Amino acid sequence: MTGALSTFRICDFTGQLAGAGATKWLAAFGAEVIRIEDPVRQGRWDILRGGPPYKNGERGLDRGGAFNNHNAGKYGITLNLRDERAKDILVRLIEISDVVSENFAKGVLERWGFGYERMREIRPDIIYVSNCGFGHVGPYSDFKTWGPIVQAVSGLTFTNGLPDHEPAGWGYSYMDHTGGYYMAMAILLALVHRQRTGEGQWVDLACTESALSLHGPALLDWTVNGRPSRRAGNPHSNRNAWPPMAPHGIYSCMGDDDWVAIACRDEGDWQRLAGVIDEAWCGNDAYASLDARLASQDALDVDLGRWTAPRAKYDIQAQLREAGVPVAAVQKPRERIDLDPSTEGFGLWPTVAHTVMGDVRVDGQPAHFSETDWEYPRAGPCLGEHNEEVLTRLLGFTSDEVANLAQEGVT
Amino acid sequence: MTALTGLRVVELASERVAFAAKLLGDMGADVILVEPPGGDPARAYPPFLDDEPGENRSLWWWHYNTSKRGVVVGLDSEGGRDRFRRLIASADILLEAEPRQRLAELGLDYDDLREIRPDLIHVAITPYGRNDALSDLPATDLTIMAASGPPWSCGYDDHSLPPIRGPMQALHTAQHFAMMSALTALLHRGVAGQGQFIDVSMTAASNVTTEAASYSWLVAQQTVQRQTGRHASTRPSGETQQLCADGRYANTGVPPRAPREFAALLAWLGELGFKKDLPEAVFLEMGANWEGPFELAKLGSDDEITAIFGAGREALKLIASRLSAQDFFLGCQRAGLAVGVVNSPEEAFEDEHFKARGFQVPVHHDDFDRTVTYPGAPYALRGSPWAISRRAPHLGEHDDEVFGEIERGEGLAGA
Repeated sequence: MTGALSTFRICDFTGQLAGAGATKWLAAFGAEVIRIEDPVRQGRWDILRGGPPYKNGERGLDRGGAFNNHNAGKYGITLNLRDERAKDILVRLIEISDVVSENFAKGVLERWGFGYERMREIRPDIIYVSNCGFGHVGPYSDFKTWGPIVQAVSGLTFTNGLPDHEPAGWGYSYMDHTGGYYMAMAILLALVHRQRTGEGQWVDLACTESALSLHGPALLDWTVNGRPSRRAGNPHSNRNAWPPMAPHGIYSCMGDDDWVAIACRDEGDWQRLAGVIDEAWCGNDAYASLDARLASQDALDVDLGRWTAPRAKYDIQAQLREAGVPVAAVQKPRERIDLDPSTEGFGLWPTVAHTVMGDVRVDGQPAHFSETDWEYPRAGPCLGEHNEEVLTRLLGFTSDEVANLAQEGVT
Repeated sequence: MTALTGLRVVELASERVAFAAKLLGDMGADVILVEPPGGDPARAYPPFLDDEPGENRSLWWWHYNTSKRGVVVGLDSEGGRDRFRRLIASADILLEAEPRQRLAELGLDYDDLREIRPDLIHVAITPYGRNDALSDLPATDLTIMAASGPPWSCGYDDHSLPPIRGPMQALHTAQHFAMMSALTALLHRGVAGQGQFIDVSMTAASNVTTEAASYSWLVAQQTVQRQTGRHASTRPSGETQQLCADGRYANTGVPPRAPREFAALLAWLGELGFKKDLPEAVFLEMGANWEGPFELAKLGSDDEITAIFGAGREALKLIASRLSAQDFFLGCQRAGLAVGVVNSPEEAFEDEHFKARGFQVPVHHDDFDRTVTYPGAPYALRGSPWAISRRAPHLGEHDDEVFGEIERGEGLAGA
């Protein structure tokens, strides 16, 4: 089967997750993604290279578990761009690439002599996608970010939490994932544009801006009604305002840090839930309508929490599924990865054969295509793993020349 | 032209696909939003214009349905199904989140529709995918998230408090993948002339959007534990959220760990006149003058490295306690430290940086004779403009226009 994107080649400087996650999608659908790393710093401009987790506890530059996860399906080469010969190789690679992608701080590629204008000289229809926290334009464009900083500045940290507590925020870099998704969309949009017009372009992606665009209704409530999200009683992010639902929350269960999520979308859900609970409090006047339940939601949460507390989360899940009420156990990693038939059935955790680590499972993609589905024919690359293959197959070097380049510190 | 000018997207109205269709519409696609008679329930979602519920007053509806035209088609009648087939004959992409078997029962699933439009790209979003019976169970953003992992990693150090979900983000995440899928299939169609069916699972989408929670288990069978305002981790890490003088928080990110960072922090401390109030300032000076690599691996075992690293944290705490969160953020960033102010959405929206990038976008609502400021583009494609081409449609507003174009055999609106 030919991949959906197998006619495209990506000259890829991305790293971490915010960039590497984007080109991982492209590689899954057959794009030839060639990741370029710095041999002098042993690829460590990506802090995940060589970082944990480690399979069997074995550490090493080529044993980074996160790096492998985000770079499955890509080729990896090394270029020491302090050396003019490496720059020449990069020029030749850009000549035969459709996209140059990076998520450095603003200005890094330019300092190496590869700003957008130069890349256009090399290949007039090149697509250049830069991805950094605040973008390459605007007052904060020189500021530095990580995922948690992007989330803080853009409002995503603030909106996750309980009233009268500090923000809970996100327990991971949601915006590294999601910034990567927007970067993938941007690359794909630019490729569609080029396919239809022949024109390349530069895309200036600012992760904070992508993140801010995820607050649509709250921002309109602000611009139209003047209502701020920073107000008493807000946020209360396990509740639901749009549309309002009650009960709606995450409740404690029997067991070690076990929880269950329950949501009643309408009167029918509430009646079915009350039917399962079958205790007198369900008939309280205070819970007799949605408006009443919304007004009494604190008390309702206490009552419902008292019912869930002595019960096992999967028992509650089974009972409420049977009754037709939206419910889900809050699943721990092992529960959703190893014990949940739905993720296994979807093929969500494919195994890749890593050159050093051997077989390792990675995150798959959550969409299946009837004609050109995704696959990971290779694991994340070891440092410089594909120097010989890429330089000989694509750029016409001989094996001896490739060996010399390595010896002379060019690759 | 814009990237998607002349491409037609048909959307079967649902809160599970509205955002993906908006993303396509704002990039220039001709999105036809198909609602059942009576309209999509999301038309009644708060918040409302001037806080008054009523027809066309839902701000939720406004936001997620920009750049679309609206038609009413009742799929339960043969006449309605006929209209739908005519629409599909003119379409490039179908986006839908119908119950798993509904379209097949109506004779309108991919195998039927490809007879009408052989190169159709059909994107279906369901909770667990089209092949899993769990997709038939009722689900919401909250329950999808709980099943898929994000809340396990989000919340507080105090585990008697519940795990926390990011509202709407399970819906958003699935639709990000729907958008990526539609564009990927479009590129393939451009090369090979072939359409296809795409099965997006909402739970799968959130399952692969949990960073270390998944790969710590996949690679090392380790379980992360949630922590207040910072990454869930297999081992507890130091706090990063700092209360500032104005009662707002800042995220201090990764504390200073390089000589130039210690030097910049020390200089800023001096400018502010706070140096005398920091007993650990002497260690900051040692950090600023450090020669050779500052080996963080020796944190806890090497006294000097431990004291210097600790002094960096204490300096940030002292400054934060005396400045507003915004001033703390700006000062740290100017000193080269990756620190963030914890903004509310509207505080971010009003920030000069996003204004300067053009993120505030005016949209005229002819129906209320008002111009409303909307959030702008999530990406800046310099050669393919993003734009809100029209406000959200009223129910059936473009019935005559859209079906008139089809009757007359006209090309697409934007072509």
